[in-house]
Amino acid sequence: MRIRPPRSIETIHHEERDQAIRSLARLDRRGFLKVSAAAAAAAMTHGLTPHSFQPIRVAEAAAGAPGFRFAYISDSHLYERKQNDRFVRSLMRAVDDVNALDPQPDFVFYGGDLAQLGQAAELQLGAQILKELKAPVRMMVGEHDWYLDLGDTWRGMFGPPQYSFDHKGVHCVVLNSVVEADFWTERKLTPMERMRTVAGLDNGAQRPFTVGDAGRAWLAADLAKVGKTTPLLVFSHSPLYKLYKPWNFWTDDADQVQALLRPFQRVTVIHGHTHQLLTNRVGNIQFHGMLSTAWPWPYAPQGLPEYTIQMNRPDPFDPNDGCGDGEVVVHPDGLVDKIYQLWNRNPITIKSSFLSSGGKKDRPPAPSRGSY
Amino acid sequence: MSSNCAAGGSTSVRVAWCAALAAGCTTAAAGPDPAKVATHGAAPFAVQLERLAKLQHGIDLIAPPAGVDPVVWQAMIPKDNQPTAARIELGRKLYFDARLSADGTVACATCHDVTRGFADRRPVSEGIGDKLGRRSAPTTLNAALLTSQFWDGRAATLEAQAILPIVNPIEMGHKTGREATAAIASDPAYTAMFKAAYGRAPNYDDIGRSIAAFERTLMFLDAPLDRYLRGDTNAISESARRGWVLFNGKGRCVTCHPMNRANPIGSDGRFHNVGVSARHQKFGELARQAVSALAKSDTAEAIDRLALETDASELGRFLVTRNRADLGGFRTPTLRNAGITAPYMHDGTMPTLWDVMDHYNKGGEANLFLDGGIESLALTEPEISDLVALMFTLTDDRFATENTAELARQRAAAAVRRPFRDDALSTRKKLQFE
Repeated sequence: MRIRPPRSIETIHHEERDQAIRSLARLDRRGFLKVSAAAAAAAMTHGLTPHSFQPIRVAEAAAGAPGFRFAYISDSHLYERKQNDRFVRSLMRAVDDVNALDPQPDFVFYGGDLAQLGQAAELQLGAQILKELKAPVRMMVGEHDWYLDLGDTWRGMFGPPQYSFDHKGVHCVVLNSVVEADFWTERKLTPMERMRTVAGLDNGAQRPFTVGDAGRAWLAADLAKVGKTTPLLVFSHSPLYKLYKPWNFWTDDADQVQALLRPFQRVTVIHGHTHQLLTNRVGNIQFHGMLSTAWPWPYAPQGLPEYTIQMNRPDPFDPNDGCGDGEVVVHPDGLVDKIYQLWNRNPITIKSSFLSSGGKKDRPPAPSRGSY
Repeated sequence: MSSNCAAGGSTSVRVAWCAALAAGCTTAAAGPDPAKVATHGAAPFAVQLERLAKLQHGIDLIAPPAGVDPVVWQAMIPKDNQPTAARIELGRKLYFDARLSADGTVACATCHDVTRGFADRRPVSEGIGDKLGRRSAPTTLNAALLTSQFWDGRAATLEAQAILPIVNPIEMGHKTGREATAAIASDPAYTAMFKAAYGRAPNYDDIGRSIAAFERTLMFLDAPLDRYLRGDTNAISESARRGWVLFNGKGRCVTCHPMNRANPIGSDGRFHNVGVSARHQKFGELARQAVSALAKSDTAEAIDRLALETDASELGRFLVTRNRADLGGFRTPTLRNAGITAPYMHDGTMPTLWDVMDHYNKGGEANLFLDGGIESLALTEPEISDLVALMFTLTDDRFATENTAELARQRAAAAVRRPFRDDALSTRKKLQFE
């Protein structure tokens, strides 16, 4: 006669997951969607979100349906290896994380700031590490890649900084949102002085980020070809809204860019630069930040969107804490679930339904570590 | 006796053991004669019991232990297993009862030996049929204060921990908890003791509960460092005093080994990849294998077997959570009584505390999942000696003689061999992954 031993939270989680997977066998597809939602909700209740080896099984089980999945890596800020080998190891780890995904994502999106000071050696080091990725890579530019030579090296390696592509019924647009008005000519700054000014997060000598007139004209022309019911996936390095100007957590012409996006029914913006869990919704536009592989930023002292589930202060003794990579699951309806794969914490998923419902449904569990 | 022998199979070992018992026992109720059971390098149980009685002489085993906040202590004890004399006595008897193993050669006390720091002084433990596992036996001393049990935390409580080795095929080898219970249930002494302890007949979960109740009496928290921290400046040597400064500063030890009144054992209870397993394993392939193995059977027993019998052992915490962030992560062990519980790390690959310092000094072992807090420390040789001196001040005074002997043995071993030392890495003249 055996009484079950006290069960750990993981055991309970896995039992529920197994229960859900077992019941799949008995269901048609319509029923399946209900069950997987229930399983996800059960996992949420226990503060455990799906992780790399698991959510995909659920997502892929609906094979045949449209929708897809991609991975992201962002903000690696590579110096030359002798100056900082930790950032190099971190990018290698992210590449390993993504390569371990089974099945592989459709593509890997790199969110900008591959280099710290835009130097050729830094960008080449990054490109060499990213070459190890098994899935195709899509690149975006960040200000750290750009302001040494105003993008010459980056363009030479990765092509134009603004481009679009269609993927499984979703129109994807990659923007250069780090365009700053000329602050360097008048001050007679050398290229490296200009670069270092921009690289200082709160250096007030620089100007705010923009997509710029030319960038918006390009965007308007690109979107003119796209039907308003087509889901849009927009990538920008800086958040395409106004969060906190002193740190350029900000795009100065965000209102004009949003105006171009507003006519579309389903729009998701994925951005880098902020190095943290960051979630927002402006009308029909949903916004998700990406994690950095190098370091987490603290939250800005003001302007934090109400939808953001804060990841709390990272452990100061563990430089990996608050860093990571992640995945984006694009649903058949074109909206996305954003998975933050944190290296020192449980993964966190922000579901599209959380944003669509105005924060009423599918609220993610509080982060696994309490506030300091 | 005869019913006992009949209960558990008929291997030659078993028969020999029964014969030895028949010669040594006077009454059936007495159970196996502890003096006759001393296998796999353990001290005879009679010797261990005598030693234990001396160690616990004059101590109230039911009251909260000295050195632990009584409120914290109470919160850590399951409601259905509050300590009583009957429960502790039953647990003690079971801890030293080799009938809990399929061939009658292994008890808890075999690998958690009173005379060997409540561990076994071996890199990995030896179970029935002399089979070797993959993990080093952690000490049961102060284990009650750990926030999870086993190196990968796969058991939440002592109660849940105690019942897994009994049914692991290479540890104690009973096929089921029912079989293990049957192996002792026919002993009338047990029938009475279970009745007194839990008010019911012998059963497997109460075996776990009583062993846990007994283990909660193994609290040994009275060390020279405690007296030093209470203000007795001369309680530890000058070298150890320098070690304490390094522990909290340059050595960064305190990051994962916090030592304070609320948490006196020096473990943060979290899981860290410090690179020990990275020396001989590739995580990615192992992780895929483990996940597919666990897709077939995801039980506590299945995880237990993967952890002890296969290369997947090196995945550590990942086996429990399947989270890549936990690859190669093992729970921070207690620092208490470290001096008498060599060898070190989850796989027992470090024979001395000098080796442990060498490992951390060079920033662990390169792997992508290395804990972020692990980095080159540039400790000098005298600084390493100071930290080792500090470690030996964490041994409870009741083990002082053993502690002195172990220090001498480790010092001699370290003088001959320092296999983990790498000055180029520790001073960052060479970078990892180069």
